[in-house]
Amino acid sequence: MNRNSDLNKIILKKSSSGIEGLDEITEGGLPTGRPTLICGSAGCGKTMFAMQFLLNGAENDEPGLFVSFEETQKELEKNFASLGIDLKSLEDEKKFAVEYIYMERSEIEETGEFDLEGLFIRLDYAVKQLGAKRIVLDTVEAIFSGLPNEFILRAELRRLFAWTKDNGLTAVITGERGENSLTRYGLEEYVADCVILLDNPVVNKISTRNLRIIKYRGSAHGFNEYPFLIDSNGISVLPVTSLLLEHEASTEYIPSGIESMDEMLGGGGFYIGSSVLITGESGTGKSSAAASFAHETCKNGKKCLIFAFEESPKQIIRNMRSIGIDLQPWVDKGLLRFHATRPTLYGLETHLVTIHTIVKEFNPDNVIFDPISNLISVGSSDEVKSMLTRLIDFLKTMEITTLSTALTLSGNQNADIGVSSLMDTWIDLKSVETNGERNRTIDIIKTRGMFHSNQVREFKLTNNGIKLIKLYLGPKGMLTGSARVSQIALEKYMKLERSQEIERKQRELEQKRIKMEANISEIKAQFESEKDELNRIISQEELKEANIEDQRNIMAKVRHSNSNNQGGA
Amino acid sequence: MSGSKLDLEKDNDDEIWTLRLYVAGQTPKSIEAFANLKDICETYLKDQFVIEVIDLVKHPELAKNDNILAIPTLVRKLPAPVKKIIGTLANEEKVLVGLDINPEHKQDRN
Repeated sequence: MNRNSDLNKIILKKSSSGIEGLDEITEGGLPTGRPTLICGSAGCGKTMFAMQFLLNGAENDEPGLFVSFEETQKELEKNFASLGIDLKSLEDEKKFAVEYIYMERSEIEETGEFDLEGLFIRLDYAVKQLGAKRIVLDTVEAIFSGLPNEFILRAELRRLFAWTKDNGLTAVITGERGENSLTRYGLEEYVADCVILLDNPVVNKISTRNLRIIKYRGSAHGFNEYPFLIDSNGISVLPVTSLLLEHEASTEYIPSGIESMDEMLGGGGFYIGSSVLITGESGTGKSSAAASFAHETCKNGKKCLIFAFEESPKQIIRNMRSIGIDLQPWVDKGLLRFHATRPTLYGLETHLVTIHTIVKEFNPDNVIFDPISNLISVGSSDEVKSMLTRLIDFLKTMEITTLSTALTLSGNQNADIGVSSLMDTWIDLKSVETNGERNRTIDIIKTRGMFHSNQVREFKLTNNGIKLIKLYLGPKGMLTGSARVSQIALEKYMKLERSQEIERKQRELEQKRIKMEANISEIKAQFESEKDELNRIISQEELKEANIEDQRNIMAKVRHSNSNNQGGA
Repeated sequence: MSGSKLDLEKDNDDEIWTLRLYVAGQTPKSIEAFANLKDICETYLKDQFVIEVIDLVKHPELAKNDNILAIPTLVRKLPAPVKKIIGTLANEEKVLVGLDINPEHKQDRN
């Protein structure tokens, strides 16, 4: 009634393929109740793919029938036993069965019309016996070489695929890659629901494995070529999308092994489970920084795993002794493990799986890749990038701190292989050439979620490990090495000179003051003596004045008495 | 030369041919194949043959033994070695070649 519920009813159901990563690309797996064609050239993993699909069914209550046109039941059991898969016990549990169909053209003469009803009856019988929900036809094209009359065979194949659909069997049909078509006999014409191509091209003499979904009727799917790998756990496709960004984010730190670097990073070091990238040209001290980190990790009783792509473990240990870092004791204690391989030893996916396997086995706290940029020689930069993305994501989900070094070439913009965006912390080492010498500097380009210093520092390899020195920053710019030392000495001298000058001036001032004071007292003394003289003169004058007054008074008295006498008489 | 040829013929003469015809139900092809086979046998192997008809619809489990894919399939169980012919057996010449029957010799006997 409702349009939506009708849609839900007819919507394509999917069955898990049992292949790690493929279900993500196909958004659920292979189409349930429909045939899927797996094509590819010899040795690209078709049988493995098919077997894994059935094993997954066996685990999920969907018994599977393996119809083999090439290998006998015994051969299959033997081959998969070497991969650690016990087909026999699954057969005993009625979860799995092999129907071996033998083809030998020389025995068969054709006289008139025929059909493949015998094959149908056999398959039908085997499916019913097992209650199979899944079926594999590996490699059905063999009937073309085993039976005459291609015309009849084609018609019968079409009927066979229709039969699997009618019986609701989720089928995987394998086909050998043809020259101009996906399969030698054009099976893709009949199996139109889902076609997956497996490929193992050899690029730069290194074999890689790729998987691509060519079509998937009625479903969205990833279109890319995804590298896949075959190891003891079977096939796994690891697309970037298979790892959701859901990893834990620790707020705890792990020291970097270089004290001042921890300061630059805001105190504690790197976040646990973060990814650190150290870039730099050759000879800037990347490996030494990495070894320092390993040393510190082991000193704290934690486990460190080093993937060395350039040097042998012995060489690394010897070289690091020269800067006072002895890694040998940690190796002896089992805290440190090296895995040294040439990157070109195998393809990217094998590298990836080797790393996965060793990491899972050793369970380290830190992993070091030295240098990660060497892997670029294995594949194209896109492939390397996608591989590294998967790798870093994988290590992040395991809460393992990763430190990778990458070689940069001067003037090369893509030096970080495009992985810097994946990295939480990016430390750049440079080598600065001035005044006929080469000095190393270090700066932190980024570090996520952490305060960090914006300063460039000088990076020094000493007999006692790595030391970071604050750079001289002055009007003449950044100075390193002997230029820094001589500038500092020059400044010291100038400072001394300045202070001496000040002292001299101060002394001069003091003398002037003393002189001035002497003058003042002289003037004062002169003034005092003059003042005395003047006072004496003043008092003399005053005395004179008083005498004159006295005499006048006396004279007046005298004159007055005279007049009185006259008048009275 | 002739002696050994006689011996061979003698062997063939003594032997009972066991022929097994696999069919799937009473389809026109099955009926045609059976009719053709009977014809050929009566012509060339008079009284010296046994035909077993196996209907795989009734006994599907038997298909595996002789590795049957095509229907109809004729299997020559005896004399050894086992030989197989598929189809309606419409081409008599091919059937004789397929079953390794010497047509001249048999016709002589008739």
